[in-house]
Amino acid sequence: MPPGSASAPAVMGGAGRGRLADNVVHFVRVLRAAGLPVGPARTLAALEAVAAVGIANREDFRGALGAVLVSRQDELPLFDQAFDLFWRHPGLLERLTAALSAEGAAGAEGEPDAAIAARIAQAMLPAALLPVRPPDPGTTGVETALRSSSHEALRRRDFETMSAEELIAVRAMLARLRLPLPELPARRTAAAARGHRVDLRATLRRATGAAGALAPLRWRQRLRRTPPLVVLCDISGSMDRYARMLLHFLHAITNDRDRVHVLLFGTQLTNITRQLRHRDVDVALARVQRAVPDWAGGTRIGRCLVDFNRRWSRRLLGQNAVVLLISDGLDAEAGEGLAAQMERLSKSCRRLVWLNPLLRYEGFEPRPAGIRAMLPHVDDFLPVHNLESLTDLAAALERPSVRGRMGWRRAPERGSR
Amino acid sequence: MLPIPPPASVDDVVALLDRHDYFADRRLATSVFLALKMARPLFLEGEAGTGKTEVAKVLAAALSRRLVRLQCYEGLDVASAVYEWNYPRQMIEIRLAESGGHLDRDQLAHDIFTTRFLLKRPILEALAPADGVPPVLLIDELDRADEPFEAYLLEVLAEYQVTIPELGPIVAKAPPVVVITSNRTREIHDAIKRRCLYHWLGYPDAGRELAIVRRKCPRAPESLAREIVAFTQRLRGMELFKPPGIAETLDWAEALVALDRLALDPQTVADTAGVLLKYQDDIGVLVPGLVAELVGGARPADPGDAPG
Repeated sequence: MPPGSASAPAVMGGAGRGRLADNVVHFVRVLRAAGLPVGPARTLAALEAVAAVGIANREDFRGALGAVLVSRQDELPLFDQAFDLFWRHPGLLERLTAALSAEGAAGAEGEPDAAIAARIAQAMLPAALLPVRPPDPGTTGVETALRSSSHEALRRRDFETMSAEELIAVRAMLARLRLPLPELPARRTAAAARGHRVDLRATLRRATGAAGALAPLRWRQRLRRTPPLVVLCDISGSMDRYARMLLHFLHAITNDRDRVHVLLFGTQLTNITRQLRHRDVDVALARVQRAVPDWAGGTRIGRCLVDFNRRWSRRLLGQNAVVLLISDGLDAEAGEGLAAQMERLSKSCRRLVWLNPLLRYEGFEPRPAGIRAMLPHVDDFLPVHNLESLTDLAAALERPSVRGRMGWRRAPERGSR
Repeated sequence: MLPIPPPASVDDVVALLDRHDYFADRRLATSVFLALKMARPLFLEGEAGTGKTEVAKVLAAALSRRLVRLQCYEGLDVASAVYEWNYPRQMIEIRLAESGGHLDRDQLAHDIFTTRFLLKRPILEALAPADGVPPVLLIDELDRADEPFEAYLLEVLAEYQVTIPELGPIVAKAPPVVVITSNRTREIHDAIKRRCLYHWLGYPDAGRELAIVRRKCPRAPESLAREIVAFTQRLRGMELFKPPGIAETLDWAEALVALDRLALDPQTVADTAGVLLKYQDDIGVLVPGLVAELVGGARPADPGDAPG
């Protein structure tokens, strides 16, 4: 059916203007809320595409929007579902509400399709219409509008003491966090107005066109590039709550740029980079859940580091990698052999940053044997228990590393808890 | 140099490589056969010292083709991998045209960007060989190059062509045999792998390793060769940071021959451990008691089948 009936979302009008345009804009907004990276430029392109194709044929219309708004294969299912929901039914909101409450009972397994549908629905619906669902920390990502004052309070609240609604709100904030690493000079060069190397090729091409004997020199300069980031995250029982929250953050930074690798460890090491690469956070986390056999079990940090050093370090730590080790350092094997493995890890990367939620306690002292064994080998030792500490992490990484001068540095005191 | 026609079957590949002292197992031979038959690049991945580079060398010798080798490193660019313009000659050409007085700039720009001024680097050399015989192109340790170079390779591997902006695309008349190796110091992008035939080269079993040692190091007496192979095979079963590859086994055999040893003994092993193991932590694992045990285990036992 062409979206031409007089019903709510799909209304005829001059392409690019009027109510059709409004609805296209609204549709793009829905996609954005559902997690697709579509900016204003895409909206304009979408309007242009719709104007070019027209709305006589539904599949053409879908194709036109899809060609403009989808840029990765794994975004397609989300787009198609959103398209079907948005452009088909008259009386859309009522139908959606009904559909949602019908499937409310299902989906505990974290079915990707159901999760997508739910999220699209939530992106389309005003908050008041949402059916009440039991909050499920693993699979949903509801964006709840919060007043700015509660935002501020949330930033400082410890993940572990948050209520279910707060966790949901914070998850949405986590998804927007980024982790900019300072750029390092790369070996590659690019043409530049002022550089340190003559670009002979460009100079000569210029010389053939210039009058007179003097040819202006062209220059090249070294490019700068962010180094690879490798995240080792502890998912043992004591870290469970933090790890589940941090996965949302890790998903965001994994999809933000290339050369990010994420490994989880408890009693064994699992590389979840590929799972996290799925654009849709719910699908990604459902896949992670399936890939990891040792959620919330014990910790054998030393054993996992041996494994990492032998199997992964040579593959992931080239080209000046920065390593984030997220762990409370409470090791079931009391730090046996840990020091040697930490030393090797530290020596194979550019910078080793240890994020430890235990640092939230004012009087934290590195007493457990595991922590004492690891501390001398890290470049930075920072807290990771609330949103603010994650925001501060970016600032900490901007500072030059102090490797060699002191073993570790206590993070600046925060009046958090 | 007349190129030898490609082998007609997997058995022919095994025989061909064997004639050039390379003992390939069946799967590798199948991969090589398909690479030749389908004119697809062969992507060899495996630990250091398992004979990846050797495959390309032997193929070149066996097919009687030239080996064009491109060693990868970070920041490898088109100027060192594919082609570069001969800037000094271009400058002289411009000067000559200027001093000649009749300066037609359009003509000049056209003249100095022609094949006469093109310096061929390995990839272009492989696609447009001077002698017209498609060579074996070895792209060695691709994992050392960075992602932008991988992206550049896509055109080369999929179409066997390179595009030079000033000249247009240069297409290979006959595709070269391409062998890509990687030590897996990082993952190569799926897009590259998708265009290639993938083969993982592991450590050989005892029988094949013994055959290799016997062939490559004939001066080592058979009993010593057996002990060496048995020892390294056991070493690989241990948790080491870098287990010894075939290259290390052969080095060790040479070293023991040079030391006039006829059999392994713990003291000799301790003295020559640096030939086999290249990390202090790994050498530290070889405490005297363990060495004695490994030597004892290697001595009487027959490591496996007789050489094939």
